[in-house]
Amino acid sequence: MNAPLGALDRPNSYIGRSVSRPNAARLLAGRGRYVTDLVLLRMLHVAFLRSPYAHARIVSIDAEAARAMPGVRLVATGPDLARLCTPWTGTLDHFKGMKSAPQLPLPIEEVLWSGQAVVAIVAETRAQAEDAAEAVTVAFEELPAVVEVDHARAPGADRAALAVADNLCFGSRLDTGGIDGVFADAAHVVEEEFHFGRHTAVTLEPRAILADWDPSEGKLTVHHATQTPYQFQDLYSRHYGIPEASVRVVAPDIGGSFGMKLHVYPEDMAVVGLSMLCGRPVKYVADRIEAFVSDIHARDHRVRARMALDDDGTILAMDVDDVTAIGAFSTYPRTSAVEGNQVIRLMGAPYRFHSYRAELSVVFQNKVQTSQYRAVGHPIACAVTERLVDLAAAKVGLDPVAMRERNLIADDAYPCASPTGYQFEALSHQASLAKLKAMMDYDGLRAEQAALRQRGIHRGIGIASFVEISNPSPAFYGIGGARISAQDGAILTVTPSGEVRCQISVTEQGQGTETIVGQVVADQLGVPRERVRVITGDTETTPHGGATWACRGAGIGGETALQAARKLRGNVLAIAASILQAQAGELDMRDGVVVDAASGTERVSLSEVARIAYFRSDTLPRDLSAQLSVAHHHAPQGYPFAFTNGVQGCHVELDVETGFVKILKHWVVEDCGRIINPLLVDEQVRGGVVQGLGAAFFEECRYDENGQLTNGSLADYLVPMACEMPDIVVGHIETPTADTELGAKGCGEAGTAAASAAALNAVNDAMSPFGARIAQIPMTPARLLKALGTI
Amino acid sequence: MKARAFSYVCPATVAEALDAFAAAGSEASFIAGGQSLVPALALRLQAPECLVDIGRIAELRGISQDGEWLRLGALTRHVEVHDHPLIAACAPLLALAAPFVAHPAIRNRGTLGGSIALADPASEFPAMMLAVAAEMEIAGPAGRRRVPATDFFQDLYQTAIEPGELLVAIHIPVARPGHRCAFDEFARRRGDYAIVGCGVMLALPADVVNEARIAFLSVGSTPLRARAAEAALNGRPLDAAAIRDAQAALASDLDPADDEQVPAAMRLHLARVLLGRLLGKIAAAA
Ligand SMILES: Cc1cc2nc3c(=O)[nH]c(=O)nc-3n(C[C@H](O)[C@H](O)[C@H](O)COP(=O)(O)OP(=O)(O)OC[C@H]3O[C@@H](n4cnc5c(N)ncnc54)[C@H](O)[C@@H]3O)c2cc1C
Repeated sequence: MNAPLGALDRPNSYIGRSVSRPNAARLLAGRGRYVTDLVLLRMLHVAFLRSPYAHARIVSIDAEAARAMPGVRLVATGPDLARLCTPWTGTLDHFKGMKSAPQLPLPIEEVLWSGQAVVAIVAETRAQAEDAAEAVTVAFEELPAVVEVDHARAPGADRAALAVADNLCFGSRLDTGGIDGVFADAAHVVEEEFHFGRHTAVTLEPRAILADWDPSEGKLTVHHATQTPYQFQDLYSRHYGIPEASVRVVAPDIGGSFGMKLHVYPEDMAVVGLSMLCGRPVKYVADRIEAFVSDIHARDHRVRARMALDDDGTILAMDVDDVTAIGAFSTYPRTSAVEGNQVIRLMGAPYRFHSYRAELSVVFQNKVQTSQYRAVGHPIACAVTERLVDLAAAKVGLDPVAMRERNLIADDAYPCASPTGYQFEALSHQASLAKLKAMMDYDGLRAEQAALRQRGIHRGIGIASFVEISNPSPAFYGIGGARISAQDGAILTVTPSGEVRCQISVTEQGQGTETIVGQVVADQLGVPRERVRVITGDTETTPHGGATWACRGAGIGGETALQAARKLRGNVLAIAASILQAQAGELDMRDGVVVDAASGTERVSLSEVARIAYFRSDTLPRDLSAQLSVAHHHAPQGYPFAFTNGVQGCHVELDVETGFVKILKHWVVEDCGRIINPLLVDEQVRGGVVQGLGAAFFEECRYDENGQLTNGSLADYLVPMACEMPDIVVGHIETPTADTELGAKGCGEAGTAAASAAALNAVNDAMSPFGARIAQIPMTPARLLKALGTI
Repeated sequence: MKARAFSYVCPATVAEALDAFAAAGSEASFIAGGQSLVPALALRLQAPECLVDIGRIAELRGISQDGEWLRLGALTRHVEVHDHPLIAACAPLLALAAPFVAHPAIRNRGTLGGSIALADPASEFPAMMLAVAAEMEIAGPAGRRRVPATDFFQDLYQTAIEPGELLVAIHIPVARPGHRCAFDEFARRRGDYAIVGCGVMLALPADVVNEARIAFLSVGSTPLRARAAEAALNGRPLDAAAIRDAQAALASDLDPADDEQVPAAMRLHLARVLLGRLLGKIAAAA
């Protein structure tokens, strides 16, 4: 088990405390520095002319008039950038048989989705670039667009990409064997066909990039609104043939990402090449309209699933078929197959059963690509599983909570493995459900529901247990050949005045990474947190690491910080011992002062130790190596992933006349292991829930039959807003992972993982007196009125 | 996106504004609160060469009562409609509708005149002009005229205002003590344009409905008055049967278009539910 991290009553015991974010005041004061805010000397701006067709051949491009327009410095097309940048292909080796067409910054012959950038116009101002874009004429020859998944999968279907033989990007199968027999013999079988809409991240800050190629040094600096600066350093280096050490990627303040800003976008690659062609800094900021047609989208699954049960409601087996449509390319470098892969592997994860079969088809179509977005695959697997569990409960005649109590993996059954191959170290499904039940006053809500139904008020209660993947090892990407690190690195320094600087590879997008890293360092070192400065997001000043994605900042970055701080503490105490002629083992550091460990008597301050080490090393013994900087790298070892778990409850009221749903309240119990900062964990959970409720009720990228996005603006694409969101009550169970000293697992995706599932169950519960059911999200009023048979 | 370049003038009087527009030719546009125009400029959906900013014209401001009529200057902000005591007293239906118009930041800038001149069929205030029997005062190079709301809204985004003319003020008959009104709408999120919205104004002397005016938004290419539903109410007590008849009559009043998000049948259904609830509320309060 984990070494105890100390009680919360020491002066610097920050782990477990709701410490506020030091950067929040700066951002609220409007002092943030986002890529959009950066102005470099001689900076140019680019606007992109985009394809109006979902699928077309580029016949010719006439840019002569545009080149002559005021302020225009360059008009570039596919071939111009292809001379500088090598193509990329979004496949990974461990996804056997996966295929995707190669991509370039700008296409040469064929456009594959409506909104794909075709021509880049670089000018002194963005407005001038847009003026000139209106003067560029592109002759397209329209090709048949593949829009619907069934159309894409039909034999002899049109191709979404001419160069790819069929529209199957990737297929996968899991089978524990004998499943048909289990279903044939089962006392009960429930089944459903589910539809999950496409949606997209809608970050407050859109994608933004400013590339600055300096030909005099052969050096590329890219200010990039991304989660993963090291990944992009590697990609710019390899695709543009620039030595890695000559590429610097800086991720300044980032206004949200949710996975959206860790993928390669053609525009971003183009901006690097445009800067090289112009020999000047070039900035691109996606506007909201561009974001809708070029940011990755997510989800878009059709799942047919069934569950077999024995007489008393024990789950015996699941059988699942997931078809997911990912757009025209698999996204680079993380691919667009990870979500489907996680869908089929997370099915049924909270439950004890042994027979499982799943089929996954990842399909091309002429839309913008989908890829990893908060809670990759989880909401799909969770909604399918939890809905089937509710259907089963109804069929067997059990209350939904009782049904779960019967089937959840017992808290004392760990370690164990899921039938899909995941290994679980230690989870707390039973304790979480018991806590949720109490928090919700579940029995009280059921009684109220029954009473209100008599008066024509239809409320519904939905429960959803979940498992979340966190702390991924190289089993995630490294194994597939992607140069995406699973480790993180930190350099920790005591400065001459006794302050602490932590340069660390995990990054900050608003979730508080810097805050928790500062907490861990201050706690483990024994200094006031105000004396720790955390520096992230710059490949030139921080060590290489995985950065922030997939719930790894606290679990991996936190452990890196912890180990580095312990190392540095050892060094400080060794120097202090030498100064004090004491034994290092008898000393401790508290509140920035070296003290006698036993008595707490102050001996020498950290700033005095630093002064002597930096300026009076002549007074120290010759053989003392006074290292006030340490570096430490940490990679997850042990389990390939640190799974977390929890359960959510949703309470809704359905207006059966109108199909409108009021979300009354939402509850979450989650177990992310060691909680470093309860405030930030609760914020993560609440934000995640809101994204999940957005998917459940509002968010959907809608396309017409020609592959045109019909609601690509914030007037038409509905994001969840405060007025429609309920109070969200969060409770915790703490089961630390024994794989690290810190014991932290992820919590960033927990909210999103199960909120839509709980909402789906709640709405179905509300409709149950009418014999109506729905298995599609978002649950719009129109779909609910259809389900109710009103229209 | 960035707006295309344009020139800008900021006249001080209605006459100067009309002259400035005329001088710029057909490529000019008036700008009031900018809450609809500026987004359209930024998206390059509109690219006028000249913006004539009417925001400093004193005559276009002010809310005043003159006997039987309430006068609202075209530049009356949505927030003033929301808050002003004269509106609460003399045109309560507008005050009821105001909270449903967008969000506070937009209500602080958007103007009543701009909303009515734009005539978005999904907007609350244009439809309410029908329910309160407002008259629009329009100034043009040829002089001034007043157009009743029923003649004002002509087609999608088309009104009686000719290019180069200015909406100066809105005149509304002051509501009498016996008047009852109600407003509500179904919108996916608070502040969104509604799937359907409805304002009802009627008199209930001796418990019998007369002068019913029912106006809907978001059900067609213009704001619409539901005259068959009104007829089903006038002269009858406001009871369950009358309400049911009014709801049924909407089939002949409304012919909403099918759209992929909101099928026509759903819109008509919601309009009926909404009207039923509004009339029920008035009846319950009576
Ligand atoms: C996010 C958002 C949500 C919104 N939601 C709603 C909503 O729910 N309901 C709703 O009703 N509205 C909504 N609006 C629109 C808002 O109410 C606008 O303010 C209003 O439609 C236009 O008023 P304005 O003063 O801003 O006009 P402007 O944008 O300045 O002008 C609009 C048009 O009217 C013309 N015009 C303006 N004043 C005059 C005049 N006096 N004479 C002649 N022509 C004139 C202009 O030339 C222009 O063509 C929303 C706007 C936004 C940005």
